[in-house]
Amino acid sequence: MAAAPSPTRRPATDHVGWLQDNLPKLVLAPSFAAILVCVYGFILFTLWLSFTNAKLLPTDFDRYVGLANYVALFEHRNWRISLTNLAIFAPLYMILCTIIGLGLAILLDQKIRIEGVLRPIYLYPMALSFIVTGVAWKWFLDPGIGLEAVVRSWGWEAFEFRWIKNNDMAIYTIVIAAVWQSSGFVMAMFLAGLRGIDNEILKAAQIDGASNWHLYTRIIIPLMRPAFLSAFVVLAHLAIKTYDLVIAMTGGGPGRATYIPAIAMYDFTFTRQSMGIGASSAIIMLCMIAAVIVPYLYSELRQGRQQ
Amino acid sequence: MRTLKKTLIAALALAGSTAISVAAEVEVLHWWTSGGEAAALDVLKKDLESKGVTWKDMPVAGGGGEAAMTALRARVTGGNAPTSVQALGFDITDWAKQGVVGDLNETAAAEGWDAVVPAALQAFSKHDGKWISAPVNVHSTNWVWINKAALDAAGGKAPETWDELVAVLDAMKANGITPLAHGGQAWQDATVFDGVVLSLGADFYKAAFIDLDPAALGGEKMVEAFTRLAKLRSYVDDNFSGRDWNLASAMVIEGKGGMQMMGDWAKGEFLKAGKVPGTDFVCIRFPGTQGAVTFNADQFMMFKVGDDAKAAQLQMASSIMAPSFQSAFNVVKGSVPARTDVSNEAFDDCGKKGMADLAEASASGNLFGSMAHGHAAPAAVKNAVYDVVTAAFNGELDPAAAAAELAKVVAAAKQ
Repeated sequence: MAAAPSPTRRPATDHVGWLQDNLPKLVLAPSFAAILVCVYGFILFTLWLSFTNAKLLPTDFDRYVGLANYVALFEHRNWRISLTNLAIFAPLYMILCTIIGLGLAILLDQKIRIEGVLRPIYLYPMALSFIVTGVAWKWFLDPGIGLEAVVRSWGWEAFEFRWIKNNDMAIYTIVIAAVWQSSGFVMAMFLAGLRGIDNEILKAAQIDGASNWHLYTRIIIPLMRPAFLSAFVVLAHLAIKTYDLVIAMTGGGPGRATYIPAIAMYDFTFTRQSMGIGASSAIIMLCMIAAVIVPYLYSELRQGRQQ
Repeated sequence: MRTLKKTLIAALALAGSTAISVAAEVEVLHWWTSGGEAAALDVLKKDLESKGVTWKDMPVAGGGGEAAMTALRARVTGGNAPTSVQALGFDITDWAKQGVVGDLNETAAAEGWDAVVPAALQAFSKHDGKWISAPVNVHSTNWVWINKAALDAAGGKAPETWDELVAVLDAMKANGITPLAHGGQAWQDATVFDGVVLSLGADFYKAAFIDLDPAALGGEKMVEAFTRLAKLRSYVDDNFSGRDWNLASAMVIEGKGGMQMMGDWAKGEFLKAGKVPGTDFVCIRFPGTQGAVTFNADQFMMFKVGDDAKAAQLQMASSIMAPSFQSAFNVVKGSVPARTDVSNEAFDDCGKKGMADLAEASASGNLFGSMAHGHAAPAAVKNAVYDVVTAAFNGELDPAAAAAELAKVVAAAKQ
C-alpha cells in the first residue's frame, strides 16, 4: 500500500499527488473502520459480556461474575449434548465430504464427454440454502410421508428407516443432509486443484510406467495439498457454525437430541434471556473456529514469507 | 460498573425522549399474522381509526413471539421502542424491570380495570402498582379436545379422573386409532405436563411451578407426575416428534387420533374444519383439574412515549379493554375475555364453559399461570423445565431421575 513517491510530481499539483498516494487508504478506511468496530469490537464486547450477569439486554447487569457463566455453561445438559453432537457431526461431515468430493472430482477429470452438464448438477445443491435442504430432507426422511412410506407402498412392508425420529440416530440424518449439500462444492475445489497440476509431470510419470493408481496416490493427491487444506478449513468452520440446517430439519429434536453449539448459543441468549451464558458459549465457539483457522493462517503466512 | 450501566441507560432514555413521534399514531409490534388472528386484530385497528388514531403495523411473525421479542430488543437498545408490543407473561415483567414501560393508571382508574381483571392476570399487567399493559385475552391450557365419534366408540363417557382417562385411552387403542394426538415439540410436551401436574392437586401445582419449591419439584408427587407423563407417551404414535400442534389437531378432526391435550387455540382448528362443539367434538378440562385453570394471556405492553403520543397510547389501551372489543376479538381467537364482566352471548359452548371456568377458578384462587407458556416462571426457569419434560417424554430420563433433575435445573436457572 505504501506507494513510492512519484518522480514526476510537481509542486503545483501537490494535493493531487497526495490524493493519488493516499487514495487506496482513503477508500479502504471506511470498511476497515467498520470491520474493526463491527467485528473485532463486538468480539471484545461479547468477551466482556461473558464475564457479567447480563440477562435480557446487554445493559442489564450489575456485577462481574468471573468464570461463573462458563461453569454454568459446561454444567448444562444442553451444552454437553451439543458438544457431543458436534464431535459426531464435524468429523463425519468433513471426512465424507472430502472423500465424496475427491471421488467425484477424479471421475469428472477423466475427460468425459458431458462434463459441462454434470459439473453444475453436482454443484447445484450448494446453491440452495440450508433451510431448503433441511425441509426437503425432513420430508424425505419422515417415516409417514418420505422414503419409508414410499418403499412400503412398493410392497416391501417390513422396510424401516426412521433415524430422524430416533434420539440416538437423528444426528446422523443431519450428517447425510449436510454431506449432500456440500460435497459438490468440495468437488469443485478439488477439480480446480486437479486442473492446476502440470501435465508435464504426469506425462513424465506415465513414461516411467506409473499405473493410474500410483499416479493418483503418489503424485496428484500429494500435489493437491493446498486444495485439501482449503477444503478442511471451509468445512470445519461450516460444521462449527451449522445452525439453519438443524433448525429446519429437526428443530433440535427429538427432545434435545440434535442440539449443536450454535443452537444452544441462540437459545441461551434470546430464548432463556441469559445473555451472559450465551456470550460465553459464543466465545467457546470462537475459540473452536480459531483453533482451526489460526494454524491455517499461520502456515499460509509463513509460506508467503518464504517465497 | 454501576456508573457505566447508568450512563448506558441514560443514553437509552435520552435517545428515546428525543425520538420524534407523530401525534395520534400508534406503532404496534405483534405476531398475529395468520388468518383468524389478523382478522381479530383488524377489529381493534378499525376501532382506533374511527377515533382518529392511525395504526402503524409492525408484524414480526414466527416462533410464538420469539422473533418479535428479538426485534423488540433491537428497538429498545436503539432507543426507539414502539408504542405498544404484544407480549406474554414474564416477558412483560422483564421489560418492566428495565424501566422502559409506560403508565396506564390514568385510564385504568377511570375505567375501573382493577375490579374486572382477574388478580392472577394483574400480576403481569401491573408493575409496582402501575398498569403497564392491557390484556386482550385469556387462553387456558388445561383443555382436552376429544373426537366425539371416537369417544362414543370408547364408551361414550368423557373421563373425569386419571383412571377414567386411562380407560378411555386404552379403549381407543383397542379400536385401532392413535389415542393421543400429540406433536413432539418441547412446548407441547410441557403443555401436557401442565395438565398432569395440575391433576395431582392445585396446591401441588402452585408449590412446584409458581413457588418453585425444591421439595415439590423433586418430591414423590413429581415422580408420580413423570410416571403419568410416561404413561401418556405410550398412547402417542411413533411418528410424533417435530409435528406441529395444528397437525395433531387435524388428526383428531379426521378421527385418526382420539384426543389432543392443548390450549383453547386448538378450538379454532376444529371450527375452521366445520366441526360443532358437542356434536363433532367434546371439550373437557384435563381429567382431575376441574375447577382449576392454567392460563396464558396475550397483552399489549405499552412503552414509554413522549407526551404528544401519550393520548393515542391511552386511547389504544382503552379500546383494547372495551367489553365489545374483548367479546368480538375472543370469539374469533378461541380464547376468553380478559375481564370477567363480558357477556358470553356471542360465544359457543366451549367458549361459555371457558368463561365460567375462568370466573370460578379466579374466585376460588385456583387460577394459575401456565408453566409451559411462560406465565408461571421467568424464561430461564421455563426453558429449564422444558429440557427435563421433553427429555422425560422422549424416554431419556426415567420418572425418578426426571424429578431429581427438575429440582436441580430449576434451582440453577433461578439464579
